[in-house]
Amino acid sequence: MPSETPLAPGDRRAGDPAKIHDIGYRSYDGDRLGRRHARRSLFAHSLRGAYGLGRSAKSKVLPMLLFGVMCLPAGIMVAIAVVTKAGELPVEYPRYALHLQGVISLFLAAQAPQAVSRDLRFRTVPLYFSRPIERADYVSAKFAALSAALFVLTAAPVVVLYAGALLAELDVADQSAGFGQGLVSAALLSLLFAGIGLVIAALTPRRGFGVAAVIAVLTVSFGAVSAVQAIAFEQDNGGLVTWLGLFSPVTLIDGVQTAFLGASTSFPGGKGPDTAAGCVYLLVVLALIAGSYAALMRRYRKAGL
Amino acid sequence: MTVIVTEGLSKRFPLGTDRAQRGGVTALDRLTVDIAPGVTGLIGSNGAGKSTLIKILLGLSPASEGRACVLGMDVATAGGPIRERVGYMPEHDCLPPDVSATEFVVHMARMSGLPPTAARERTADTLRHVGLYEERYRPIGGYSTGMRQRVKLAQALVHDPRLVLLDEPTNGLDPAGRDEMLGLIRRIHREFGISVLVTSHLLGELERTCDHVVVIDGGRLLRSSATSDFTRTTTTVAVEVTDTDRHPDGTTALRTALTAAGVGLRTDGAEPGTSHLLLIDVADDSTYDTVRDTVAGLGLGLVRMEQRRHRIAEVFHPREAEAEAGLQAKPQDAGLRTGLPADPQDERPQKGGGRDAV
Repeated sequence: MPSETPLAPGDRRAGDPAKIHDIGYRSYDGDRLGRRHARRSLFAHSLRGAYGLGRSAKSKVLPMLLFGVMCLPAGIMVAIAVVTKAGELPVEYPRYALHLQGVISLFLAAQAPQAVSRDLRFRTVPLYFSRPIERADYVSAKFAALSAALFVLTAAPVVVLYAGALLAELDVADQSAGFGQGLVSAALLSLLFAGIGLVIAALTPRRGFGVAAVIAVLTVSFGAVSAVQAIAFEQDNGGLVTWLGLFSPVTLIDGVQTAFLGASTSFPGGKGPDTAAGCVYLLVVLALIAGSYAALMRRYRKAGL
Repeated sequence: MTVIVTEGLSKRFPLGTDRAQRGGVTALDRLTVDIAPGVTGLIGSNGAGKSTLIKILLGLSPASEGRACVLGMDVATAGGPIRERVGYMPEHDCLPPDVSATEFVVHMARMSGLPPTAARERTADTLRHVGLYEERYRPIGGYSTGMRQRVKLAQALVHDPRLVLLDEPTNGLDPAGRDEMLGLIRRIHREFGISVLVTSHLLGELERTCDHVVVIDGGRLLRSSATSDFTRTTTTVAVEVTDTDRHPDGTTALRTALTAAGVGLRTDGAEPGTSHLLLIDVADDSTYDTVRDTVAGLGLGLVRMEQRRHRIAEVFHPREAEAEAGLQAKPQDAGLRTGLPADPQDERPQKGGGRDAV
């Protein structure tokens, strides 16, 4: 291999200073960190991408705005609690995210297609699979990255609330327990929403369809379940109210945290699931998360070819 | 030392994977080839099994039968390690428009297992080598086709592979772009020391680039030989002359004179509207002299004398078959011949490519 590269006629460009320093091709003898490094890189890249980091300024606007909107009420609540020396925070830790479910849905609708539809649309997927990673690495990296992005979104206000509670000198043990429950709830919600969002987004290479479909699935299911629950409650059918909650992601999380994480429910008449029904809720949530992963694996079975 | 070995490699897509094909389709049929380091051309018409072969070589698609080794590793068991040391440039567009070439190639380098610092250094080096300078900081969305092809090539080279698989790298490029890309491919081997497997459906453009050419058709090996063997048997020169007062029909006069001089003229393969062109088989370099002297002797003006690029169709139809076809003047054979444009820039880019379904 020559150390000085002779200039091929096609490469010669008048006044191009880059060619003056051409020192020829250097081969690479350094580390090749392989599959795990590649998977971690893809995770980091996708997580950063969900907040628009490393992308254009325009793509930072929406995620950052939603992040601000998500944290702002928590900041206000904390400020009020500190100033008025209230004995407790105006909202339970696990329930905070559900109050702002619209913001979470918007974030998911915008970022799930960004995570997977882009690779499908611009056909970058075959490039990933020509790297040392396997299908499971791609799917798990994308799943983990979007879950982590949602967790940052839902856990950050919980952290703000907790910090505020400590500043307001509320009971530390009490608040820490609530904070822990809030984080567990946020984690569960992030995994469930990320799974649902990714499966929907991976069905279409069209970003617009993905955005609309994610919003539709989340809001329509919640709206329908809430409406039918209200009707069932009017007819004094409390059992039905409880079981209907299984049919939308938001009410699923509501049910699980009512049963296990010390939250009060938003179900009509406070008819949240008891521990036994809560187990069913938890099982359904876990099954949905596992099912989303399996569906994504299936989706990408042909995509590398 | 060989870079790629296949033994009886077959790939059949079972019934139902392809709606158009009932009863399944055989993409590769007991393919046995042995590819040495250097630049190797893999030639076949659309659907001949080129892309399928590349996917098997990358360990992405299991073979139905037979085995294949890349860089001494078995594709069935060592897909990951193979992909760590092999670069792949797909034929289709694969670049996100909203990131810069640098960002994209750095990301792809890290996906190949390079540490962050090395990924950045290698990206800067590689983009410079493929000929992308200041524009590498701009979003890819604003690039020309030629620049996009360079970015695609860069991402295949960034991890310093020992072998790159280039799927139709000249697709969609204008003649100047093609020549630059072919020059680049040549440099990949000569200067970078990386072996190249490049696919194309145009034999002509690979003649000047490859050391060795493998021709497949319908998944079967048609021919595997050094490029010089192909060039020797397939060179044709098109000659166009002016008419003069002494020779009102210069073309006919030249035809008669050349036949008398013992130069082989091709009667078949003429395209519509090219009756003024004489297609001459070149036996060796002296043929050019004979043509020049004959034209000068007749006092005709030589308008053009150009080497014709040869097409895959001519490999499928050896000389004897062509003569036979010419005698019988099969209409569908003539149709096939004229249907293929001589000028490579008329070739439409292959859309998608069969089962690249994403």
